[in-house]
Amino acid sequence: MAEPILEMKDINVYYGAIHALKGISLTVNPGEVVTLIGANGAGKTTTLATICGLMRSKTGSLRYAGEDIANAATHRLVAKGLVMAPEGRGIFPNLTVEENLLLGAYARADKEGIQKDLRHGYEIFPRLAERKKQRGGTLSGGEQQMLAIARSLMSRPKLLLLDEPSLGLAPLIVQTIFETVDTVNKEGVTILLVEQNARIALKHSNRAYVIESGEISTEGNSADLLTDPRVKAAYLGEG
Amino acid sequence: MGRMIGILVVSLAVVLGVNWFLDSYIDQYVVRVINMCGISIILAVSLNVINGLCGQFSLGHAGFMAIGAYVSAWFTTTLRYFDEAQAKYVAIEPMFSSQWGFVPALIVGGIAAAIAGAVVGIPTLRLKGDYLAIATLGFGEIVTIMITNFETIGGANGLPGLPAYSNTFWIFAFVVIVVMFSWYLQRSTFGRALIAIRENELAAEVMGISASRMKVMAFIYGAFFAGIAGGLLGHLLQTISPATFNFMKSIEVVVMLVLGGLGSMTGAIVGAIVLTALPEALRDVESEIGLVGVRMVAYALVLILLMIFRPQGIFGQKELSLKLLGRLIPGRKSGNAGGEE
Amino acid sequence: MLPLLETEAPGITAELILQQVANGVAKGSVYALIAVGYTMVYGVLQLINFAHGEVYMLGAYFSYYPAKWFGYVPETGEKPKVPLYLIGALFVGSMAACAAVGMLIERLAYRPLRNSSRLAALITAIGVSLFLQNAGQMVFGADPKGFPVFMDQESVPLGPIELANTKLVIIVVAAIMMTGLHLFVQRTKPGAAMRACSFDMRTARLMGVNVDRTVAMTFALGSAMAAVGGVLVAMDQPRLTPLMGLMMGLKAFIAAVLGGIGSIPGAALGGLVLGVAESVVGTWSTTYAEAVAFIVLILVLLVKPSGLLGKSGREKV
Repeated sequence: MAEPILEMKDINVYYGAIHALKGISLTVNPGEVVTLIGANGAGKTTTLATICGLMRSKTGSLRYAGEDIANAATHRLVAKGLVMAPEGRGIFPNLTVEENLLLGAYARADKEGIQKDLRHGYEIFPRLAERKKQRGGTLSGGEQQMLAIARSLMSRPKLLLLDEPSLGLAPLIVQTIFETVDTVNKEGVTILLVEQNARIALKHSNRAYVIESGEISTEGNSADLLTDPRVKAAYLGEG
Repeated sequence: MGRMIGILVVSLAVVLGVNWFLDSYIDQYVVRVINMCGISIILAVSLNVINGLCGQFSLGHAGFMAIGAYVSAWFTTTLRYFDEAQAKYVAIEPMFSSQWGFVPALIVGGIAAAIAGAVVGIPTLRLKGDYLAIATLGFGEIVTIMITNFETIGGANGLPGLPAYSNTFWIFAFVVIVVMFSWYLQRSTFGRALIAIRENELAAEVMGISASRMKVMAFIYGAFFAGIAGGLLGHLLQTISPATFNFMKSIEVVVMLVLGGLGSMTGAIVGAIVLTALPEALRDVESEIGLVGVRMVAYALVLILLMIFRPQGIFGQKELSLKLLGRLIPGRKSGNAGGEE
Repeated sequence: MLPLLETEAPGITAELILQQVANGVAKGSVYALIAVGYTMVYGVLQLINFAHGEVYMLGAYFSYYPAKWFGYVPETGEKPKVPLYLIGALFVGSMAACAAVGMLIERLAYRPLRNSSRLAALITAIGVSLFLQNAGQMVFGADPKGFPVFMDQESVPLGPIELANTKLVIIVVAAIMMTGLHLFVQRTKPGAAMRACSFDMRTARLMGVNVDRTVAMTFALGSAMAAVGGVLVAMDQPRLTPLMGLMMGLKAFIAAVLGGIGSIPGAALGGLVLGVAESVVGTWSTTYAEAVAFIVLILVLLVKPSGLLGKSGREKV
């Protein structure tokens, strides 16, 4: 088996006195889609923020592509291909769709490559091509989510962190978004996906971790977890 | 209520005694510094109601002081203006020409400042944080520019000849009043409403607190006492000019609050005393080491370092407990207003 | 009964007003140069950089000392011919020095407070402003300094009015600098990083923007623009004091608010409008001209806080 692209060991993160992550360990292998599911406030977003350097762990180790990144600055990680598409989409509302996408390529200098990726982005998301001169703030929720993903792709990620892509979207749109997640993965991008919508996340991933109050409670193949009675009761609304 | 009046009467008697003692036995320079401390306390404690309790960052306190100072001077001081028809200066005799007129003059000055406080408070309600700060700063500047243009009260040159009515007794009588009022206010429904607005305006509104009304009230209260302090300062310095009340004065008062801890009344008092007395003490040091101006540089540095390392000030939002103080001073009975916040 | 308003000249003509408008454009150009510094820093950090007026003051002083070497000092009567490249070097030197000061202020005073309350940051900014004023008085001396002359002031006729050549220089240089800055922010990659930071710093970081470096660059650019303002004013009104940045800074900030905080064209427009308004009111009363800025400020904040060109909306840029 190849070396994991991301390896977290015994990560502890605090917000002041609040112990948000209590010894999280997880690994992501190249080419996988891994999902992290859990309830609101369980620590999913904090985990992603820690991976991309927005939060710091007090203990443990954090390695990306064989390199220690526990103290790396976010912008350096982006240049190395570790990219996060933020929750709530975090697009720039006053910039046009195209300007948003070009900002995604901020860390790159190859003009031709950027133009090529821009065209490719429009191929994956034809809706964005139609609206490329429109301001980001005027897009619908689903389009904004597409823009956020497309923008992350512009920095040519090796590992893409997706924070709650289904948040606040209608079921049909969620379906479309996850289909593009599959497409992106097939193109060779490893994905770590954080979701509250456990059912769809498990359907579109290889492996999964369940996080509860800052700790990993269960892990396994996504297909197995879909039928796990505890997961079904707690996250799939069955049982 | 009865107890409050009791405390007031006893305190005023003490102040009168202290006044007599200072006048008879203590160097006049020291008395002057003590008086300046008293005025600073009135300013800091009154601003604490607006900035500390209600959380509305005002940089306009000097404007309210200016109004109080000039309005009270209008009643106590001989004014002159140039009459074009007669081609000579005409004197306007003051309305109150004895010490007895001083307190009414101060009160009228305070009321004028309070009205200005309402006038400032109402339109600035929509503003928050640094925008409010800059708008109130603008108000203060407009006040001083208006005074500069008003020849009858001296214009840019200032107004000389205010009678020397301010003394330790009057200054500390008002210190006692503003401290007692503010102490009770902090514990009243009104005070708690102000704190609620500071903490979360939306939540306060939902609880039925009219944030707009409360903010205007806080401005009126703070402005009233700033006006009184302005009047006291004017009749202490005996000459006032627009430059006395420029926005550096407002910033000085804010720094006193911040040093003590925004929201803590005892903090405001300590901040006022430290920042009034310390520069005086340093004045000698400065001329001794031959570095004139280093005092103000140090003052600015302390402010920056304070914000970086202890932004909540010396006391945070806590009050220095009178009980604790009582225990430190042997033989002192501590039963009246006290207790930790 | 009591004269509140002093009328100065009896004959106020259309020419006079036009003349005042022209002077106001020069004054406003300086406001604009300084206002961009406020507007860019506020856009990125939501901080009123109170010390920015003092950076302008330093800009004037940083050019004063080298200028003494080759400029004309009225007392001595010597009148050397100053080549243009030396004047250019004077500007560049002052800009570089102010950029360094701006970055230093950001690094030492503001960066430690990046995550504290905005109030703490505002008070710190006031502290830095006080520090520079007082340190300036100690280092440069409190008394006014006469800036050396290397350009004889003469009037240039412009149709019915005339304008001092130094004022023309102000207008031209300011216009070039403002255009350059605008293009830099709109067209270049570091400019894009600045815009991204002003929209949403966290997301900008996720895009690979080095936020700390971008903030430092914002301070450097704003400070360099203020330095240009300082040198231009020193050439036009050769009287420097360590407190000269106080009112100028406040008014430039007001210009930034008037134009719409966060917007560079807004800072230019706000500066010009404010300069012209002050100048025209000054035809009647110079002291009331001082109040214009503050009245404008309060009106803008109450009527349209987003300013003339500001975008209202979620993000406060």
